[in-house]
Amino acid sequence: MKVRVPRIRGERAEWVLGALLGVILALVVFVFGNAWPSFSHNGLAWFSSGGNVQTQLGNIYHSPNNPAHYVYTLHAWPLLYGTILSTGLAVICGLVLALLAAVFLVEFAPPLLKRLLRPAVRLLAGVPSVIYGLVGLLALAPLINSNLVSPSFKLAVAPVVQITGTGLLLAVVILTLMVTPIMLALIADALESVPRSWLEGSAALGVNRWRTMWRISVHTIRPAIAAAMVLATARALGEAIMLDMVSGAYPFAPNPLDGFNFFLEPIQTFASAIVQNADGLFSVTPFPQTIYAFAAVLLVSAGLLSFAGWLVKQPLRRYGIR
Amino acid sequence: MCWAAGLFVTLAAAAIVVFMAVKGLQYLQLGLLFQHPTAAVDQSKAGGFLDPIEGTIALTLLGTLIAAPIAIGTAVWLSEYGRPTGLARLVEAGVDVIAGVPSIVLAIFGLIVFSKALFSFLSISAQGVSSFGRSFLIAGITISLVALPLIVGSVREALQAIPSHVREASYALGKSQATTIRHVLLPSVRPGIATGIALGMGRIVGDTAIAIVLLGNTLENQPGTGIWPLDYLRGTGSTLTTYVYNNSPVGEGNAPQKAYAAAFVLLLVVLLLNYSVDRLARGSRQVTAWSR
Repeated sequence: MKVRVPRIRGERAEWVLGALLGVILALVVFVFGNAWPSFSHNGLAWFSSGGNVQTQLGNIYHSPNNPAHYVYTLHAWPLLYGTILSTGLAVICGLVLALLAAVFLVEFAPPLLKRLLRPAVRLLAGVPSVIYGLVGLLALAPLINSNLVSPSFKLAVAPVVQITGTGLLLAVVILTLMVTPIMLALIADALESVPRSWLEGSAALGVNRWRTMWRISVHTIRPAIAAAMVLATARALGEAIMLDMVSGAYPFAPNPLDGFNFFLEPIQTFASAIVQNADGLFSVTPFPQTIYAFAAVLLVSAGLLSFAGWLVKQPLRRYGIR
Repeated sequence: MCWAAGLFVTLAAAAIVVFMAVKGLQYLQLGLLFQHPTAAVDQSKAGGFLDPIEGTIALTLLGTLIAAPIAIGTAVWLSEYGRPTGLARLVEAGVDVIAGVPSIVLAIFGLIVFSKALFSFLSISAQGVSSFGRSFLIAGITISLVALPLIVGSVREALQAIPSHVREASYALGKSQATTIRHVLLPSVRPGIATGIALGMGRIVGDTAIAIVLLGNTLENQPGTGIWPLDYLRGTGSTLTTYVYNNSPVGEGNAPQKAYAAAFVLLLVVLLLNYSVDRLARGSRQVTAWSR
């Protein structure tokens, strides 16, 4: 039975929490309020392709300081494409890796490796992204540059973009390394909470270990896998500094028809575009508004992801797994 | 196949740590830890990274100090009171949203808000007219939002793990709910609080975007005006993460050796925090005597 508390205490708490909610509301209102002109001037063309984003941003930056002549024209497709490409590929690669590694960790690993793998996962999850960026930029980019980039390709695209080893491939590799441990930790926890008797029942029916794992455990924890993907997507979407270092940081839309060279072409994501242009936040009005439009896109995606996370949590609650 | 994946993850972790350790130890000299950085073309004269280390410590302490009370209060309210259910749902969703917002978005939001003249007392300002919008205080306030959801989550989980008969026993002794929280619940979730704070500190230490945008990104810590601790906090500076970024080939410094050395120190700090989280989480399992 609950003891009645003087009403005033609860109300005071509500004020503090109201302030917290106010901060979030301010964040949303501020970002969207500032971003609106950029969207309204371009309409849906904002999301389409056309022209060079770098030049367009330059024009916006140098737009005349007269509200009647503000320049807003921007076709941000390369940024959107880069964001989707890097996030999507990294989450898919990371999911395969994390699922297999989690099954290994829970079911097949010898006790010694198990003891080794757990801290390794936690370590990988805790390493600051700037260190991943540094490793990618200083250790892997030269490797890619000298082994995978053909000089003729480099020469052919030199007038358009510089190929230096940083690009889609490196971004996806490093991003995969970054999101795998997050998913691995969640999936391994869920795998461990699958009732032992279900697995024993399956084994008693003569199903082998691998098949048991696949048909019983992995199928049971599908909601946890979805939750892990949501979390990983959020992380990959918001990663700014690291992608700024390893993605080539040039708003270019890689062409899938280029074959393998597709993976070597530079990309830029919304988050890293914000980092690159953060210095211009106090220049003529249209430029910060464009930056805020990038932030608004990220904010909407973050909101949608939160919602998706809440959705996939519902069946989790019902089954009592996490 | 599972073997391959598992081994790959282990090897990747080992490779990163070994690589950073080799490179870090190769370029790390004791002097680097105690020298102020200076701008110089010749890298041997560019000094060490004492200021970034100080900056990391200051920013982490500040962010944690701001986030911890708010987060613990929120978690207690959510799990013990949560009275108007609508507000509780909203707060829950709000914390979730904060956790999902990329830190770079928080950073530019903080920059615009704190550049208003209203907040000029938080940073260097030109005659109180406009505010510079970049200082330790501002970065600390904004970065506390990064640590907040982690602390809320871990404290809430700890509170929910306490069986209800513990609370009922306290009520039966005639204690009010506030006293129960203060003297029974909070002491027993101490490991949960510590875990959350350590997790939050790890995130703050590793965060680069907010530090780059809101800390002014100056090489040295440049105090603002005011009396001692305040002038330092109102000034601009750098952290280990921004130092690594600036000294990597994409930054202005471009001194990979320095970047490796600083990244190694950063990695050590993170390892230490990781280890403490581990210890605290293990400790919490032994404390819950009543769950037997």
